[in-house]
Amino acid sequence: MANHSPLRFKNRVFYTLVAAGGLVVLMGLYAAHMMEGHGHIITGMNNQIVWGMPHVFAIFLIVSASGVLNVSSIGSVFNKPAYKARAPLAGLLSIAMLAGGLTVLMLDLGRPDRIIVAMTRFNPTSVFAWNIFLYSGMFSAVALYLWTMMEKRMNPWSKPAGLLVFVWRFVLTTGTGVIFSFLVARQAYGTAILPPMFIVMSFAWGMAVFHVAQSSIYEWNEKLLDPYVQKRMKNLMGVLVIAALYFVAAYHLTNLYFARQTGFERFILLDGGVYPLVFWIGYFLLGNLLPLLLIYHPALGKSKSILFASLLIILGGFCFLYVFIIGGQAFPLSIFPGYQVTSSFGDGAIGLYQPSLPEIMLGMGGVGIAFLITTIGVRVLDFVPHELPKSA
Amino acid sequence: MSDTNEISNTSEQRRQFLKTSVGAAAVAIAPGMLMFDMAHGKSEAVSGKVRWGMLINTANCEDCDKCVKACNKENGLSGGLSPTDSQWVRKVELKDMRTGRSLALPMMCQHCAEPPCVDVCPTGASFKRADGIVLVDKHICIGCRYCMMACPYKARSFVHEPLHDQKPDVPRGKGVVESCTMCVQRIDKGLQPACAEACPNKSILFGNLNDPDSEISNKMRTQASTQVRADLGLDTGLRYQGI
Amino acid sequence: MSKLFALLAILCMCASATATEIYGMPKLDIGKGGQCVADPQWMRKNHMRVLFQQRDETVHQGMRDGKFSLKNCIECHASLRDNSVIGRADSFCEGCHSFEAVKIDCFECHSSKRSSSLVQGESK
Ligand code: SF4
Ligand code: SF4
Repeated sequence: MANHSPLRFKNRVFYTLVAAGGLVVLMGLYAAHMMEGHGHIITGMNNQIVWGMPHVFAIFLIVSASGVLNVSSIGSVFNKPAYKARAPLAGLLSIAMLAGGLTVLMLDLGRPDRIIVAMTRFNPTSVFAWNIFLYSGMFSAVALYLWTMMEKRMNPWSKPAGLLVFVWRFVLTTGTGVIFSFLVARQAYGTAILPPMFIVMSFAWGMAVFHVAQSSIYEWNEKLLDPYVQKRMKNLMGVLVIAALYFVAAYHLTNLYFARQTGFERFILLDGGVYPLVFWIGYFLLGNLLPLLLIYHPALGKSKSILFASLLIILGGFCFLYVFIIGGQAFPLSIFPGYQVTSSFGDGAIGLYQPSLPEIMLGMGGVGIAFLITTIGVRVLDFVPHELPKSA
Repeated sequence: MSDTNEISNTSEQRRQFLKTSVGAAAVAIAPGMLMFDMAHGKSEAVSGKVRWGMLINTANCEDCDKCVKACNKENGLSGGLSPTDSQWVRKVELKDMRTGRSLALPMMCQHCAEPPCVDVCPTGASFKRADGIVLVDKHICIGCRYCMMACPYKARSFVHEPLHDQKPDVPRGKGVVESCTMCVQRIDKGLQPACAEACPNKSILFGNLNDPDSEISNKMRTQASTQVRADLGLDTGLRYQGI
Repeated sequence: MSKLFALLAILCMCASATATEIYGMPKLDIGKGGQCVADPQWMRKNHMRVLFQQRDETVHQGMRDGKFSLKNCIECHASLRDNSVIGRADSFCEGCHSFEAVKIDCFECHSSKRSSSLVQGESK
């Protein structure tokens, strides 16, 4: 044991990180408490934009939680040793982000005190209810998987457990996409391309999150990542980003193909004010082009620039979800096609939304939870990748 | 007496109280169960033989908001128009983009026979009563707002603030979703919805769609009427004329 | 949650008048009072269950004339001073609930006022 001491945070760094993470979590809880007392009036959400910032955070965390498992799946299902060594860390990140995302989702409810009701009453036709089931199942599946990997006697079981997780997370991301796919009356959603799009995006985002976590852990432990592994992972990330971009393009192009949707596409891509801006600058330029450049440019592609690229991909993910979720609701429902509509309830008008501090704090609180779980997990248990000595 | 003394005294009393209560409970349960059973089956449940609906004639609907006012009064809505205020009925002004013809109509929950809000609700809080009225059971609603995302008619509102002084027959509260109930509290008393009663031009005709002899069925048989977004196939309980 | 209710069920039986005196239980303003729809002792223990039962029947099946209706409780037991079952230390619902430290979830949405008093107030 002595000659192979697990990489661990130094004490001081560890406690600082835990304190910082704890503070963010407390802020999030405080925001939730305010929202419960005053009602959603203190958020930017209203009767037109019913899902806001908390959902952007929650969906990012949940989708990435599924995507980050890509690393373990490549390791155990497809038997790649470089990834296999990283599977436990990926599992931990997944559980952490799932916990963060679900907490945000739950605390944003109008009646978070009735969470028991959500667990005990189950409407079988509701995709949302399936997802509650899928999310909690995911926890157990990943926990089981981690156990089979970390407990020597259980090692033989880690392959089937890995397979279970592999399948489960596909279903889970599909389910998340289907939440939106089922909203047939909304121009922005209601298309069958959403589930596959979410799956591919989850790969890219999950990979980026994994990279950030891995680089930080190595950095703080003053270890260097094997350049060979680094290169493999960065290339994979690049491919995934391109694939996600392809799906987003397909989503918008199919929308443009249906005449009924062109109004919506104009709004989101051209004249919708903040939404086209966030889409083109935030998602496309900063979240895709720049990271791809950082990954593939021969002069770059070193560990610093990969870390930077990963952070940008994460930023891009948030931008995409902001445009997708909030922009998608801001565009008015077409209740009377062919008519110009006005009313006191925002019919025919672009919905107004201004994210407020409490909801952003709540969302950040979810990120804080994920961060805290990861940090503590890495410290207490042995989650850091052990490179097997390469055969000479 | 010091503070600590007082506290321990109280908890002593509580313990005593508990002991007596447990004894009393054992005695009370048996007759209690009996009474509990007798309370059943006193009034009749609504049945699927009825399907309530409304036929709205836009030709007579003019520039007034009496239906909206009546709804607010009956159901205790504030009447505020901010994006966070509840509006169960709203007047919508329409202008045909090709012909320029304009018209107005009251818009509200369409009481779909195949309601998307009910399909998506994770807890079953959104439900359709046997007589076709779509309601939210606010005891079960967790306030996830998925139903608001799913409703094609923007019929639902979320209560964003604590409320006070609700009507005894129309409980409403913060953190749950609500929408037009067709004035279910009036219907159960044999009255028609407040909006239908208030309209000075009788533009809103309320009745039983399942009864072939009702006025509403007769009118729908002899005159053209449409569902809003009929392409969605939701079989709405509200029909409109003149759009 | 269900534990809470179980606790409430056990605790909320203010066994008898003597018990009230002996153990310093809350003195309640029972409003008009009179003949309860069921044995008062039984009601103390079971009111939440019958109210739940009736609420489901009313909301989902439109059965509105069951005898265990919250409105009826309030009609008899709202204080004659302020027509309410909550709001004061000796209010009918609040008095006992705060003694037992059980949160009342009803009156965030339901009116706590005697409805006959509201009708009169409105027609004025
Ligand atoms: S109009 Fe909307 S709220 Fe009403 S039943 Fe249909 S989907 Fe549900
Ligand atoms: S907000 Fe309430 S009624 Fe609507 S879907 Fe959620 S739980 Fe159901």
